[in-house]
Amino acid sequence: MTLTYQLVSKKIEHSTSWQQKYREIMLLGKTLPPLADILKTDDALVQGCESKVWMFVEFDLTENALVVIGDSDTRIVKGLLALILALYNGLTPEEVLNINAYEEFEKLGLISHLSASRGNGINAMVEKIQTLAKQKAR
Amino acid sequence: MSSFDPKKIRNDFPTLNQTINGNPLVYLDSAATTQKPQCVIDVTTQFYTSQNANVHRGRHTLSEQATAAYEQVRQRVADYFQVSGNEIVWTKGATEAINLVAHGLRNTLTTDDTILISPIEHHANIVPWQELAAYTGATLKALPLNDNATFDIKQCCDVIKHTKPALLAITHASNALGNITDLTPLITAAKAVDALTLVDGAQGALHLRPNLIKLNCDFYVFSAHKMLGPTGLGGLYGRYSALNALLPYQTGGEMIEKVTLTQSTYRDAPAKFEAGTPNIAGVLGFGAALEYLMVLNQQELKEYEQQVFIYAANALMEIDGICIYSDLKSNIGTLCFNYKNEHPYDLATLLDGYGIAVRSGHHCTQPLMTHLQLNGSLRASFAFYNTTKDVDHFITALKECIALLD
Repeated sequence: MTLTYQLVSKKIEHSTSWQQKYREIMLLGKTLPPLADILKTDDALVQGCESKVWMFVEFDLTENALVVIGDSDTRIVKGLLALILALYNGLTPEEVLNINAYEEFEKLGLISHLSASRGNGINAMVEKIQTLAKQKAR
Repeated sequence: MSSFDPKKIRNDFPTLNQTINGNPLVYLDSAATTQKPQCVIDVTTQFYTSQNANVHRGRHTLSEQATAAYEQVRQRVADYFQVSGNEIVWTKGATEAINLVAHGLRNTLTTDDTILISPIEHHANIVPWQELAAYTGATLKALPLNDNATFDIKQCCDVIKHTKPALLAITHASNALGNITDLTPLITAAKAVDALTLVDGAQGALHLRPNLIKLNCDFYVFSAHKMLGPTGLGGLYGRYSALNALLPYQTGGEMIEKVTLTQSTYRDAPAKFEAGTPNIAGVLGFGAALEYLMVLNQQELKEYEQQVFIYAANALMEIDGICIYSDLKSNIGTLCFNYKNEHPYDLATLLDGYGIAVRSGHHCTQPLMTHLQLNGSLRASFAFYNTTKDVDHFITALKECIALLD
């Protein structure tokens, strides 16, 4: 688990109300630098999300690490995306494959607030990361 | 006819009596599907508990009873719309009913013909016509629309007069906005140029209960689950000669007259369009829904519905930063709105935390959203089982959600 993820997830985990939880998620989303409009292409759109999510997943050969960047047009999904980025960015493909984002979200008590369609969007984001990790894993 | 008592009505809908995320459910998504009164649930359960049999082919007691009950509901639908029973075709929904007509006209339309729709239509009343146009070579055009998504009826009538479409397909009420279409002059203009007319009644059938003879359209489609009935059922009204002239949509059992190994002849409408075993339980449940609706005082119900709607619209307008897109003067009870530049997804998600069920997105009306220059909106849609207390909960929660965002 990355240090960034431990730091950000702690705040969400320790929220005293669902409102507080969402506030933390939205604040987290605000920390993500926005993608340049030129990068917000249809190809970069993650399918299965009710809101728009653009995401790029690349593999840095010299560092042996995944690099994920992304953006969303909604505050909540952008926050969740930031959480996913914190979860996976900089990990080796092998490390990525060992982390189940859905389980992590469940630990944070987020799944209960996410309907199936919204949850599927998150699955789609994670799947995009996992797919590249699988290709790159040794 | 019993007088309309909102308190009593509320108790007839068991789904409404629950808490979501610790708050009482405020259901404002009736445009997507209405809740079901207990009688609909009971009739459906009872059918599977003690009456289950297939219709039309059996001589045994259960089958004959099922057939009689099933056909009785067809007549009840006809009574509801004040037409004849043989002009009602069962489908799996309003979408299938439109597809049935679009498919049925494949041999009628040619490259010289124009299909006229409107920019406010649900995708279900756009895409089947695109397919029909592609298949026949006909041209697909849309009526003009004011900037605020209302129609200039005179201008529309002129377009109909000059376009001379083979078919006009238009909604009775917008699913996204709730705006009621002033159909009579449009249908009159269409009739004057010998156009067929199809009205999408998915929203209008419950809230406007049209007399289809008076409305004078050729086709009217409806959805049972948006009229207190079960899902998976809808129907098509067709003026008999127009209906019977359509090509069959699906083929198979039930719809045939005589079958040999190489060719078949078909029965007349409505049987011609009802291949295979129908949704019997759904039909019986819908029968209970119609029975429930038909004993309520229609005038009082409409007045009450409008009262709650206007109360909600006024409260919503008072919130700084809210923009309402619905036409409040002529509306079935739907509020389409946004708050400042906030994404509707965020507000709908937060509202759910307070037990408020609204919809966010494009509402299957992307051309309308493009016309309004929106990526989407929030939609709160009301029915006669909603109360001003629902509105109060909704407005309080919305203010709290806005505070969370600001």
